[in-house]
Amino acid sequence: MFEDFHFASIVVSTIRNAPVLIFAALAGLFAERSGVIDLALEGKILASAFASAAVAYTTQNPWYGVAAGVAVSAALALLQGFVSITQKGNQLVAGIAINIAMSGLTFVLAQFFYQQGGRTPDLGQARLFDVVLPGTAAVANVPFLGWFYGHVIGGHAVLVYLAFALIPLVHWVIYHSRFGLRLRACGENPHAADAAGVNVAATRFMAMLIAGVLCSFAGAYLAIVQSGFFLRDMSAGAGYLALTALVFGNWRPLYTALGCVMFGFFSAVQIQMEGVDLPLVGRIPGSLIQMIPYVVTVIVLAGLMAKSVAPKALGTPFVKSR
Amino acid sequence: MKTTELPRWATALLLPVLNLTSALLVAALVIRLLGESPLESMTILVNSAIVNPEGLSYTLFYASTFIFTGLAVSIAMKAGLFNIGGEGQMYFGGLGLTLAMLFFDASLPAWLLIPAAIAGAALFGAMWACIPGYLQARRGSHVVVTTIMFNFIAASLMNFIIVKYLIPDGQQNPASRVFLDAGAMPRLNAWLPVLGDTPLNVSFLLAIVALAMYGVMVWRSLWGYQLRATGLNAHAAHYAGVSISRTIIVAMLVSGALAGLAAVNSVMGSTHYLSLNFPAGAGFVGIAIALMGRQHPVGIFLSAVLFGALIQGGFDLSLEKPNIPQETFIFIQGLIILFCGAMENFYGPAVLRLINLGRKG
Amino acid sequence: MQPAVEFRNICKAFGPVQANADVSFAIAKGSIHGVIGENGAGKSTLMSILYGYYNADSGQLLIDGAPRSIRTSHEAIALGIGMVHQHFSLVENMTVLDNVMLGAEGGFRLAAQRAAAEATLRDICERYGLDVDPRATIHDLSVGAQQRVEILKQIYRSASILILDEPTAVLTAQETAALFDILRRFKEQGKTIILITHKLGEIMDITDQVTVMRAGAVIGAVATATTSKEQLATMMVGRPIEGVLPRAPFQPGAAVLKVDNLQLNDKAGVRVLADVGFTLHAGEIVAIAGVSGNGQSALLEILSGMRLPSSGRVEMLGTPLPFAGLPDADGLPATFRTLGIGHVPEDRLRDGVIKDFSVMQNTVLGYQERVTNRWGLFDFAAIARRCARLLAAFDVRPANPDLPIGRLSGGNQQKVVIAREVSAAPKLLLVGQPTRGVDIGTIESIHKQLLKMRDDGVAILLVSVELEEVRALADRIIVMSGGRITGELNIEEFDTTRIGLLMGGMNTVGGMHTVSGVHNA
Repeated sequence: MFEDFHFASIVVSTIRNAPVLIFAALAGLFAERSGVIDLALEGKILASAFASAAVAYTTQNPWYGVAAGVAVSAALALLQGFVSITQKGNQLVAGIAINIAMSGLTFVLAQFFYQQGGRTPDLGQARLFDVVLPGTAAVANVPFLGWFYGHVIGGHAVLVYLAFALIPLVHWVIYHSRFGLRLRACGENPHAADAAGVNVAATRFMAMLIAGVLCSFAGAYLAIVQSGFFLRDMSAGAGYLALTALVFGNWRPLYTALGCVMFGFFSAVQIQMEGVDLPLVGRIPGSLIQMIPYVVTVIVLAGLMAKSVAPKALGTPFVKSR
Repeated sequence: MKTTELPRWATALLLPVLNLTSALLVAALVIRLLGESPLESMTILVNSAIVNPEGLSYTLFYASTFIFTGLAVSIAMKAGLFNIGGEGQMYFGGLGLTLAMLFFDASLPAWLLIPAAIAGAALFGAMWACIPGYLQARRGSHVVVTTIMFNFIAASLMNFIIVKYLIPDGQQNPASRVFLDAGAMPRLNAWLPVLGDTPLNVSFLLAIVALAMYGVMVWRSLWGYQLRATGLNAHAAHYAGVSISRTIIVAMLVSGALAGLAAVNSVMGSTHYLSLNFPAGAGFVGIAIALMGRQHPVGIFLSAVLFGALIQGGFDLSLEKPNIPQETFIFIQGLIILFCGAMENFYGPAVLRLINLGRKG
Repeated sequence: MQPAVEFRNICKAFGPVQANADVSFAIAKGSIHGVIGENGAGKSTLMSILYGYYNADSGQLLIDGAPRSIRTSHEAIALGIGMVHQHFSLVENMTVLDNVMLGAEGGFRLAAQRAAAEATLRDICERYGLDVDPRATIHDLSVGAQQRVEILKQIYRSASILILDEPTAVLTAQETAALFDILRRFKEQGKTIILITHKLGEIMDITDQVTVMRAGAVIGAVATATTSKEQLATMMVGRPIEGVLPRAPFQPGAAVLKVDNLQLNDKAGVRVLADVGFTLHAGEIVAIAGVSGNGQSALLEILSGMRLPSSGRVEMLGTPLPFAGLPDADGLPATFRTLGIGHVPEDRLRDGVIKDFSVMQNTVLGYQERVTNRWGLFDFAAIARRCARLLAAFDVRPANPDLPIGRLSGGNQQKVVIAREVSAAPKLLLVGQPTRGVDIGTIESIHKQLLKMRDDGVAILLVSVELEEVRALADRIIVMSGGRITGELNIEEFDTTRIGLLMGGMNTVGGMHTVSGVHNA
């Protein structure tokens, strides 16, 4: 049975599936740890995917594309911040609104500019390609290590390395920097932060901005690295799955990233599992495997597994009292 | 006398109109940028969706579905809950009615079969909302996150069920078999031939009845009083002896049932088989409807018709103006949710100042 | 030597209420100064002005002899003033060290600053005898320890004047003693401490000077050594209090409510109610007097079914109230209402009315099942008739049943609440602060209404921090302090000094004054 599994390709696929989730989940982490619910990850991913694909195509330069994605996603994040923080509006509704609006707008704009059924033209060479580490060819024939060096450590696009490098960086910022301390205070007890002299609104806006920037990489990754074009609704629920990873990871960078890798693994396995006979259960359809992350999250939310505790002030607009 | 609070006519009418207008202005701006005239586009849309009898029929057909999903979100909102699981609840409701059809459409006459299927839709919709409701009431798990999860679980689960159990042998299309004629909701064009060959059916009348019942239940019944009390001030509701956890669970069950009933129109009124992802976003439109219509039966009706018109008119508009595809109306839907929901009090301070300008004190 | 703080002619009004009226006194440097008074005396307002939350309408504030204008709490902190509130400003899931550093981190990289901060903290703990581990997480700490963290925060920011607002409300006897040791060490280090309290024992125990406030004004400023508890009690509450309002002769009927050994511990483990027991008879008004925060609110919540006690037994007309075995109080108030218990809640806007509901809808709040027909629908005609009757009988203005009740004044809202509860003909009426936020004319009518019910045989349990109200209405008075009953007396035995002592935590048993309550030292 196991000869049907190609472990090697599962490992590589996992590494390549994870970055979208990692970027989005870490983005959501900044926003939510500061106390603002971020349901709009999906919308930001789509917007930056479109913007980066469009600009990369027009300028034939993937990096300009990435920059465009960052700009668009950051702008959306600031809008979200304005509605949630300044207007003290319903943050859940704001997130859903942005997701739906971007789903429609990206298609319309893609159709308008490129007339290809709501997608952008293929980027061809204007993509970010896999980085081949020096010496890969030389060690290629060494059993296991050759493959490991060439395809696990090496052989991925720059954004993949960025995603994984962000994990320790975000952890450090959240737990070991002044900004991170103030951010966490705003998310747990904004009144205490305010009493201590922290500007809660400014901190939350900053967090939203960072979330916008990080999330943009998820979109750029989808468009410029993975597919080479923008396609309608190409985020395919990644924004919500990232939120799931956040809940699952108890809003902590390392565990959240672990959740993202795990979900990436499930994705990779799902494709392989089709048509594979397992002992006892027979063939598990891909759609049921797809369900697992969500079911697990519900179990966690029900408090039946590890306790997942959201930042205490999450979702409550801050109103200065006294 | 200067006032510090907006009068009721301002919050109930003026602000919603201002919000809706803002959304439409932004949309008009985008249409302009796409190289088309907003006025011309609106004319085409109105002609197609309202003036033309067949178009109007389609508009009301779409509105029938939206009335149910709008009611679903509204009733949960009255209890203070944000149920965004309408999509999954509608999907699962579709399974309920499908099972009734598959088992009984050969043996039962229409007048028994259709009510049975409707009951199945409501029951299955309620079932899908049951766990999120219970978790919120008893465990404090936020209903928003759980219902989002259940939307995705529904998508995967239904995919599995349809592909594994419902596709008839030899068929490629991921859908169940076609239901027999006994399971078709009677179409209104049988009484009004001017409607042409359109799927507007008895579900529309059911939707009106549902709106009326919603109005009576929420504002005139004991249950509605307890529901609204819980949503407005849970402390005072507790003081008043209302069981908060029971109210939450029942509200979610009713909400899920209403979302399930939305499937009746789409499936039994139109396609006559269960297909993959048939809700096609209707659950999310329900959110826009509930916010725009301010959870009031008349508001819900008007909003549902408006959205139905956007879909129907948008379809014809996209044929005439390729630069304005149907997806434009998804964008407009998002704008409406933004202005009528998240930014509902955006114009409040300005309106208040205007009102006070004319007063002394 | 200049006084650390001097108030000169401070006046502050909130609308028609004069919270501080021409307050003048000085606080000596390096002393522990107590400010004592009942609810509404003006002590919190005065301290809020000192700490920059409010600005005085007129008068001068001098810090170290120099006139200062303190407009924000950050300016106060800059002047060396620190305040420890009743509700702490701590982030529960962070460590002590992080909480103290928040806002004063000293640099971008925390790691570098943490070592220095920790060293400073440990030094401060040494010097002042504060037993706190900088690495501990806040939610693992006891309430007393959390309070020490708050104090630590102030010292870390170089506070030389420390204001403590009712610090012992949540402490056990041992923790209070420990706190006072810390305060004495402060004094030795030359710091100034202002202690706001209503507890006489504490004042006598630790302060050097005492200022007594009442109704916004300073009644007296004395050196603690030269005064006595009795004198302070008299100053705190002593004023000519109007006599008892006219009523029928006191002929209490059968026992309606029997409370036996009621205990309540809250989620943080703090003892809110301890060994509370008393009996209430038909046709009598028993008033629970005491400064708020001593368990009275919890008592009303338990007796109305809004909250479960930790243990104890309550009988209503011989039937035990169904607390046993319930996981929570969800839906319980409905059961209590059917047993004949009515409730005018203390927090009107939170519990008693739904401000977006109309006046008419609020007249059935709590009794909504009684106005439903067998189809589950409301009988609007009957409800409207009843509402019109109530609005007229209780003189609610404006008498518009469709107005959202939030638009009515506090007094008129309260009239609606009382009309509602009274017309349900309860056998026992629980009333909490019935005249809070209510105008004089309405106060009179509410008092008349309550007395009428008492004359008609209803048992009334009144919780009030206004001694005037207690005196006017009560047949019997129970005083609570620290979650316990410190004393019971008949209305004829009303004596402001005695009540002041009981309210201040001193138990009077057989004429001897002993300390009672788990929270008082």
